[in-house]
Amino acid sequence: MYDTIIIGAGMSGLAAGIRLAHYDQKVCILEKHYTIGGLNSFYRMNGRDYDVGLHAVTNFTAKGAKKGPLARILRQLRFKWEDFALAPQKGSRIAFPDHNLRFDNDLELLRDEVRREFPAHVDEFDRLVAKISDYDDLDQSSFELSGRQILNETISEPLLIEMILCPLMWYGNAAEHDMAWGQFCIMFRSIFLEGFARPYKGVRLILKNLVKRFRSLGGELKLRSGVKTIHVDQRHAVNVELDDGTQLQGKRVLSSAGRLETLRLCSDTSAPDPRTAGQLTFIESISVLDRQPESLGNDDTIVFYNDSEKFHWEKPAEDLCDLRTGVICSPNNYVYPDDQGKLPEGVVRITTIADFDRWNGLNEQEYQLAKLRWYDRSVAASVQFTPDFRSYVIDTDVFTPTTIKRFTWHDNGAVYGAPDKVLDGTTHLNNVFLCGTDQGFVGIIGAMMSGISMANAHCLRD
Amino acid sequence: MAPAEIRNAIIDILGDIAPDEDLTDLKDEVSFRDQLELDSMDFLDIVMELRKRYRVQVPEEDYPNLDSMHSTVTYLTPKMVDCAAT
Repeated sequence: MYDTIIIGAGMSGLAAGIRLAHYDQKVCILEKHYTIGGLNSFYRMNGRDYDVGLHAVTNFTAKGAKKGPLARILRQLRFKWEDFALAPQKGSRIAFPDHNLRFDNDLELLRDEVRREFPAHVDEFDRLVAKISDYDDLDQSSFELSGRQILNETISEPLLIEMILCPLMWYGNAAEHDMAWGQFCIMFRSIFLEGFARPYKGVRLILKNLVKRFRSLGGELKLRSGVKTIHVDQRHAVNVELDDGTQLQGKRVLSSAGRLETLRLCSDTSAPDPRTAGQLTFIESISVLDRQPESLGNDDTIVFYNDSEKFHWEKPAEDLCDLRTGVICSPNNYVYPDDQGKLPEGVVRITTIADFDRWNGLNEQEYQLAKLRWYDRSVAASVQFTPDFRSYVIDTDVFTPTTIKRFTWHDNGAVYGAPDKVLDGTTHLNNVFLCGTDQGFVGIIGAMMSGISMANAHCLRD
Repeated sequence: MAPAEIRNAIIDILGDIAPDEDLTDLKDEVSFRDQLELDSMDFLDIVMELRKRYRVQVPEEDYPNLDSMHSTVTYLTPKMVDCAAT
């Protein structure tokens, strides 16, 4: 009998597992895939290491900071700041036609840029920042207000609104078109008030530290162990049955599988409405270069680009991808410590919005062809906003919505899960709880915070 | 445990929860929140560590007693009289 069975070995599940195992619970983490990490995983191909999710760890604060989510999770998980080895970004950019806003881990740069591009609106920008500082994380009713409406009431320049929304939606908005005000505030803080960083070795360093700690505390991790059914009796989960028929008993279940995905596992529920699943998923076109991006004049850590004055955050209407907006990430452009130096090879990652159903409907031959075609198109769209790197490419890979589904098990490969978040993590069952993207926090630090806070709230108080 | 030993036990726990803090100058009369910027998650941790290490239960309505080192030691002294120092 386990004290807690955790579904999913991503950032949230692992962080929850560490919390519970630290307090002497018997914990088992079940992972359907053959590797850990969920959305933030990694793989190896042609002798090279690739990250799946991570462009940047958001919520970066420098060593010694006592406030903010990063300091909190380090304390809660008993890690040292050095264990995550986060190197800060050089600087990033929001790129629209004829307008650029640069930003880094100090809000002053963004503020100066707003003043340069939109001199009449810098006071409005300050008012927005003040509203965000006042936002209370735990208030579900203000969480669900329309972010666009509050932006429209605060800032009178539509283009500035679109430019602010672009990176925040890209890095954590599960809903199309608009963004919940709470989600907006969380993302604004994590990106503009805190900032971007990355470990030299990528996401695998963080994951390996999490797993090592979890195991050293006596936690069990079972890979290739998908959950088939959560057997329910009288609003209570009595056991968990794996795909291979094994039955495990636990006092409670903490699931990072997603809300709909978890409900579907429960033996007492009929199929939940799939229309409420998330729709936003991506392809990523990865290029390995024979030189550092900075030698081409690309000093940007991340560029969030959009090809018109209106930012469209929606599932592609007519094709496998929508090229109007995208993200360019150059993992070389972080300030790594001197003893690590530069990454051995240049890398440029382009993220593009995609349609899960269209990608999922391709046969193998069509799929391979589509990967080649959309790599070319995505890269061609991106080089309007970054120095053209196409002559220096020595290797490429593309991952698609079906890849993301394989790693995350989310319906539609929805990167940020379903639009409706369950902030308190409860379900219709008295001993099944949610953590991870559908609980509300996104990003690497947010996911860990989700696992920790749901473990504290639901699994440690008895 | 005597009050001085309980104080050491709390210092140990705080050192674990906030390894970057210098606890040598901790003022016993000033609240932890003001000196160490502990938040509600950290307070839960103090409670959980007491339970893990010494099998002491602190019910939720008693959390305000954990405000400062002085109030914490005063509150815990009768509860931990039979605990062995580690």
